[in-house]
Amino acid sequence: METIKNYFFSDMGVMLERSMRHIFRSMDTIITTTIMPIALMLLFVYVFGGAIQTGTDNYVNYLLPGILLITIANSIGYVSFRLFTDVQRGIFERFHSMPIARSAALWGHVLTSLVSNTISVVVIILVALVMGFRSPAGVLSWLAVAGILALFSLALTWIAAIAGLSAKSLDGAIAIAYPIHLLPLISSAFVPTATMPLAVRVFAENQPVTSIIETIRALLSGQPVGNDIWIALAWCVGIMLVAYVFAMRVYKKRV
Amino acid sequence: MLNNSIQVKGLQKSYKKLHVLKGVDFEVEKGSIFALLGSNGAGKTTIVKILTTLLKQDSGTASVNGFDVAAKPDDVRQSISLTGQFAAVDEILTGRENLIMIARLRHLKDPHQVTDDLLNRFGLTDAADRGVSTYSGGMRRRLDIAMSLVGKPQIIFLDEPTNGLDPEARIEVWKTVKELANNGTTVLLTTQYLDEAEQLADRIAILHEGKIIANGTLAELKKLFPPAKVEYIEKQPSLEEIFLAIVGKKEEK
Repeated sequence: METIKNYFFSDMGVMLERSMRHIFRSMDTIITTTIMPIALMLLFVYVFGGAIQTGTDNYVNYLLPGILLITIANSIGYVSFRLFTDVQRGIFERFHSMPIARSAALWGHVLTSLVSNTISVVVIILVALVMGFRSPAGVLSWLAVAGILALFSLALTWIAAIAGLSAKSLDGAIAIAYPIHLLPLISSAFVPTATMPLAVRVFAENQPVTSIIETIRALLSGQPVGNDIWIALAWCVGIMLVAYVFAMRVYKKRV
Repeated sequence: MLNNSIQVKGLQKSYKKLHVLKGVDFEVEKGSIFALLGSNGAGKTTIVKILTTLLKQDSGTASVNGFDVAAKPDDVRQSISLTGQFAAVDEILTGRENLIMIARLRHLKDPHQVTDDLLNRFGLTDAADRGVSTYSGGMRRRLDIAMSLVGKPQIIFLDEPTNGLDPEARIEVWKTVKELANNGTTVLLTTQYLDEAEQLADRIAILHEGKIIANGTLAELKKLFPPAKVEYIEKQPSLEEIFLAIVGKKEEK
């Protein structure tokens, strides 16, 4: 027992290395989680951007927070997909019959999601810088942005874990991604909510993504964050905890 | 008692209303090959899952390498390895990466050396750096078994190891299993093929409707039937024999 606990982190490191290889060898994953968000950013800045009035002098500054959340949301279907195939192919059974910490296999996937999202987010911020993104934010603000993105990523990862572990088919496992993809589209990611019809505006302003985007936007533009940061944190932590409890319950039942 | 690697007493297991195991008893001697023979749905996989700590029994006891599976699962996992019904290999990694991964998870000192040795032993050296998705069914199974041998576990569970393999790959797997037992490893394998049990096993237990209805050496099981009659029949080669003869000749050229 003692030795198994001592090896928990090195075992998780092996798991992380394994799933990172899966990501780097899957063109599809790289396109969806990095190329697509960049393409979307190019499209909105250079095609639609001229016609969009956001009240900021630089549309890429307005757009970046939303693009970052879309990037994370796009990766979620793949988390479900990887978990589902591990369960289905018997890889989890192999790991669980070995003398390693049982949860290392699951945590390896969670860590992979976090690490791969970090890589995509950094790449996209670099591209945004080339496109003219500038921020007066200091180190603390950047750390706050990183923290919120990490929480958002973890919250979605645990939702994906529920889907990946409980789905009966591959289609079922990745279906979870679609409603999550929709959320940033109906938010303040591309345009201010003020121009939307009432019903859409009420939804957009009260769903989790808008408060997260507004918080990151305020942090990056050096504005006061106001109440949005607490609403954003409450959503992220709340979803993360509930999804974690359910995912663990499914995991224990499944293995 | 000390000579038994596996001891199972009164094992029962139900899935909801389905009573799969209705009191299973058997023992497996150290260093022997034990075959659990039964048709689909007889409960073979359920027994393997309980013995490899993946599933908890409802009642009865089971011990593996002297450790109770329910009370000391970690000690059991140190002593065993499982080759499941479907080859549990990582399709996206190469053969070498698969083996190194398992060697690192078993915390071996020299994962690369262990990997090279196993690749060599299982004839996978040439394919070592190719993705497993390009492997044939037989190669995949060989890699699967090689992964189970990393770290030299004392007891190996093979759940229908030749399921879905062509006749040649089947014979390859048989050869591997025999070698394992010759080196002192205890092997418990499940199968629905009678000839497989006949070829490999020191002892055969027949699992039927959740109970072991016969358990013995092949000779002992044969005694359960009426004595052999002498009959003259023309012996036709089976299709398998014909196939192997033709393919064998081609390879000799």
